[in-house]
Amino acid sequence: MSAQPGTIASSAIIQEQRSRRDALDERLFRWLLMGCALLVLASLLGAAGATLWGGREAFAKFGWHFLVSTAWDPGNDVYGALVPVYGTIATSLIALLIAVPVSFGIALYLSEVAPPWLRTPVSSAIELLAGIPSIIYGMWGLFIFAPFFADHIKPWLTNNLGDKPDDGKLSWVVQHVPFIGKLFGSDYPFGASILVAGIVLAIMIIPFISSVMREVFQTVPTRLKESAYALGSSTWEVSWDIVLPYTRSAVIGGIFLGLGRALGETMAVTFVLGNAMTLSASLLDPGTSIAATIANQFSEASGLQKSSLMALAFLLFVVTFIVLLIARLMLRQLKLKEGR
Amino acid sequence: MSSLYLRRRITNWVAMGLSMLATLVGLAFLAWILWETLRQGIAALNFSLFTKITANGADGGLANAMVGSLVINFIGIAVATPIGVLAGAWLAEYANRTKLGESIRFLNDILLSAPSIVIGLFVYTIVVLPTTALTHGSTTFSGFAGGIALALIALPVIVRTTDEMLRLVPSTLREAALSLGVPQWKLTVQILIRAARSGIITGVLLALARISGETAPLLFTAFGNNYMAINPIDKMSSLPQIIYQYANDPGDAMHSMAWAGAFVVTMFVLLLSLASRLVLSRNKVSHE
Repeated sequence: MSAQPGTIASSAIIQEQRSRRDALDERLFRWLLMGCALLVLASLLGAAGATLWGGREAFAKFGWHFLVSTAWDPGNDVYGALVPVYGTIATSLIALLIAVPVSFGIALYLSEVAPPWLRTPVSSAIELLAGIPSIIYGMWGLFIFAPFFADHIKPWLTNNLGDKPDDGKLSWVVQHVPFIGKLFGSDYPFGASILVAGIVLAIMIIPFISSVMREVFQTVPTRLKESAYALGSSTWEVSWDIVLPYTRSAVIGGIFLGLGRALGETMAVTFVLGNAMTLSASLLDPGTSIAATIANQFSEASGLQKSSLMALAFLLFVVTFIVLLIARLMLRQLKLKEGR
Repeated sequence: MSSLYLRRRITNWVAMGLSMLATLVGLAFLAWILWETLRQGIAALNFSLFTKITANGADGGLANAMVGSLVINFIGIAVATPIGVLAGAWLAEYANRTKLGESIRFLNDILLSAPSIVIGLFVYTIVVLPTTALTHGSTTFSGFAGGIALALIALPVIVRTTDEMLRLVPSTLREAALSLGVPQWKLTVQILIRAARSGIITGVLLALARISGETAPLLFTAFGNNYMAINPIDKMSSLPQIIYQYANDPGDAMHSMAWAGAFVVTMFVLLLSLASRLVLSRNKVSHE
């Protein structure tokens, strides 16, 4: 199809057609791509919208009372969110209390302390922990950890820190520290409890938090650290006074990322929470969380109960969205700092 | 002076010791979980797991759950991959540094860790409820709905890796192609996506690893089925869903089958993440 002399005019037309077609293709392609990207936006909005729409009856019927009511009574068709909301927050906070110091230790070890040849294998192993499906954590928690906890850890906690010890004698700590007796007092015989769920969640989110921390610790300029070492600082002083302040916002971002995971986690906690719709001050008593309540009840629910579960899902989605939003904003600050 | 020095040294030792202890604790839990899964899973493995279906109960196997998992995961990846790659290409090539692009990239990161059970309820609302209404209840839950739910979980993983991998492609490649008069869509499809191919494949493998252990979104979409189902219009069982069901069952035989399922899922996920690493590292070597 080589161009013949004398067909310049027609080849100009062909070229014109061709560039017009290219422009059209280009525009179509751009729209197609943008449509795909907008699906991300649509699924987030859709998830919020669908749960809000599904929960409209419950919101309309109970109003603000839904948030503060401990009732969950399918017999009388009365529902309140307080018990699952409390369980979600309590388990996530316990998880953070355990996971944050441990993750900081791991990140510190991997970025400052460990010999270089050990860093890659250990960090890959920790990241392996992040890849294990949450249902495996749940099974391990249900069959291995909860019985272990009930046999070995729980008796010590109830006897020494709880207000319902086996021999009826309150320990010195319980008599002198307020509230602690209530937190650890329990006559429930099994392991499944808010505390165990918190511990399992902590193990789940440790790899997320520690890998974010390790990554951001490595962004600290070497000059800064070496100046501190040159002034005679110890490794700990460099980490605590130089590395941590420099990366503070990203570290908080990583912690919130872990919190977001913990709040929305379903399978790992459903197994070890005991599924009890009662509010108890004790961390050793069973409870429930928003995700666990939905997983346990949704398929058999109908009418107002189903709507209440949807409303719970909406609450969960909004709270996790806000937590993850904060996390991402905090993480972005370090990137901006790096760019400057 | 020397007491201050001593105190600082002791603080340092204690802190370093604690950080090492934290790492050991993390590794110990990893070892504990993997060890129990291996021990209990291998003890429960037998041939009939792969040939019998769950309708036989304690004497049965997990064949229908394994087939269901394959079908649902396949639908999830088949739906999420084209959409995710194109969306990632848009973020990297068309909307880089624009406001809309930045906010979608940001929201994609949020979708990445959004609670999967809410995704399940979302798909229940947009797929299960309409199909129930349209077919007057003859089709309710379906493997297809489960696949859509998993696609929504795989999507942000694929979008993110594609976006990151495309931005790593050197811009000289873009400039060379554009200067030859190649339209931008051809540049994106035939040059850039091809150049970033191994990175994108890694993303897809990671997404597959992520969704193959997901349970929560399948409970109200694929629902479960004790018989063999291959047609995605039917209710479908999946390995994680059967693990969930059997682990909550009081029978010991059911528990050991749940462990066998857990073993299969864990091995699959670990092999996938290993494979994704291999794909990426082999590509790095070939570039050098």
